Amino acid sequence: MAKQSFAKKVANTQIWKSIFRHGPPSNARNRAAVVAGNVFLHLHPIKLKKSGVQLGYTWCMGGLTFFIFLALTVTGILLMFYYRPTAEYAYNDIIALREHVPLGIMRELHRWGAHAMVITVWLHMFRVFMTGSYKPPREFNWGVGVILLVLTLLLSFTGYLLPWDQLAIWAITVGSNMAKATPFLGHGGPGASLAQIGDMVLVSDKNDVRFQLLGGRFVGEAALLRFYILHCVFIPVVVALLIAVHFWRVRKDGGISAPL
Amino acid sequence: MKEFINIVSDPVYSFTGAIILYFLALKNMTFVGSKKFFMILATVVVLFFGWAASDKIFFTIISWPDNIPITILLVLVFWLTWYSFYKGVENDKRIESGEPPIEGTPENREKVWAWPNLVYTELFTIILGTVFLIAWSVLFKAPLEEPANPTWAPNPAKAPWYFLGLQEMLVYFDPWIAGVLLPGLIIVGLIAIPYIDINPKGNGYYTFKERKFAISTFMFGWLVLWVFLIITGTFLRGPNWTFYGPFEFWDPHKVVAANNINISEIFWIKILGMGLPHNVLIREIVGILMVLGYLAVGPFLITKYWGKKLLEKMGPARYYIMVYLILIMMGLPIKMYLRWFINLKYIVFMPEFELNI
Repeated sequence: MAKQSFAKKVANTQIWKSIFRHGPPSNARNRAAVVAGNVFLHLHPIKLKKSGVQLGYTWCMGGLTFFIFLALTVTGILLMFYYRPTAEYAYNDIIALREHVPLGIMRELHRWGAHAMVITVWLHMFRVFMTGSYKPPREFNWGVGVILLVLTLLLSFTGYLLPWDQLAIWAITVGSNMAKATPFLGHGGPGASLAQIGDMVLVSDKNDVRFQLLGGRFVGEAALLRFYILHCVFIPVVVALLIAVHFWRVRKDGGISAPL
Repeated sequence: MKEFINIVSDPVYSFTGAIILYFLALKNMTFVGSKKFFMILATVVVLFFGWAASDKIFFTIISWPDNIPITILLVLVFWLTWYSFYKGVENDKRIESGEPPIEGTPENREKVWAWPNLVYTELFTIILGTVFLIAWSVLFKAPLEEPANPTWAPNPAKAPWYFLGLQEMLVYFDPWIAGVLLPGLIIVGLIAIPYIDINPKGNGYYTFKERKFAISTFMFGWLVLWVFLIITGTFLRGPNWTFYGPFEFWDPHKVVAANNINISEIFWIKILGMGLPHNVLIREIVGILMVLGYLAVGPFLITKYWGKKLLEKMGPARYYIMVYLILIMMGLPIKMYLRWFINLKYIVFMPEFELNI
């Protein structure tokens, strides 16, 4: 009896009431209030079709992808405290992270989380395809989802370079060599040799798309800085914006799909 | 036994096997979507991996830390593919007997509160996901190799695992196709799906029968091409990107006869017994005609014998975009078989313009 009255006392304080503006979500009115009144929970509709909350239908892969994205943001920010994106320090900082932090698993969480996010985002797309959820009125949101999938791969790809070990630079060398072969825009691609004025070569290894991507002719210090900024700032900001669009459209297109 | 598996893992056999299995699965969907099939498949897979993992070489490749996500992916992909077919077959049976799909029963259409039904499910998955990630991170250290050394390339130098399908395509196509054109078209093609597929059925529930064509096409690109090539690129490609069976030692000195030739050489030298003409366009005329024929006559023949009704239903814009996307997708297996059967290197070989197909 004493305990319950203590809980009631807490719930009656000005502090508690200022944070939670409604009673416990045990009746209809409060259940609506808790979802509508909370900035994070209001991503959800207040009520939804039962088929949309069943794991057997959604696999929760989209939700998991978003959760892993948040987890990667947190672990990534923590890693940024210890990591300097220069050829001189990068590798040693990673070593230090491994040797000097007792029981440290931030880098592991970040790396395995990144792999897991690629997997969940693929499976999310697969589920959406298999349930035909891209069909009208959700065509546009499917397209946003495809872009988000590509950006997820690019996030993982740019992050792959940052440990600055053999695995990193050669994987990125293999990957960025593809850019060399872009038709007309890469110096090894079809059509590039046609872009010539007299003896002046217009598309060379000093100005083609691979050069723009790497900031040089090979994977060096400039590439490390570029990939670091793309990985930590540019792509995450774009992804966050598109996630907002994606979630908003899920709601506006009628919520999680169900038979018409 | 291991010898045999080493041999049949060669893409010539394993890819053909994958295609045959794909068609068998589509034809026998009711069986594939049954629990019995899942039990058989799971038993076979568990027994095989249990047996194979006792092999040192196999175990080394499978347990390399960066390869673990692919193993997880494979397990999830095959399980969830089966599961979606299972649900699809169940729904097809219901629809056939006049009932709504399971997602459309009055009980499932009922509205429930987001709190607690949805919020608690999410909390549960978040906790499960956190536990899983932490366990994974404690068990396996993130790999770190020697410091970067631009003057010494490891052999093989592999891209991250999710791009190994593209790297594997490099065996058959030049980088401008494997690394730029095809990835670009994959993205465009995926975005185009909802605008091409105008079948109103199967919206919001699992089914197979109502969307046979859409699902089969997607499955071919996703499982038979993308996932298969990633498996090959990850587990079966060693030094110099040479093929190695799952139980084969990665001997960097393994020699593979590479006497691939171009269409122009087959035509001018082997068939006509002449030298190669000097003019590029004349030299490559056969290959150019073959590619143009594939892209111009292909759609015409497809429409004439098979697609007339579809063309009427979809309208020309949708129809031809779909036909071209599928034709270009099928270009990959076609080139693969040409390589294997007649050692073809390039259909069109014009290094003068860096334009090789």
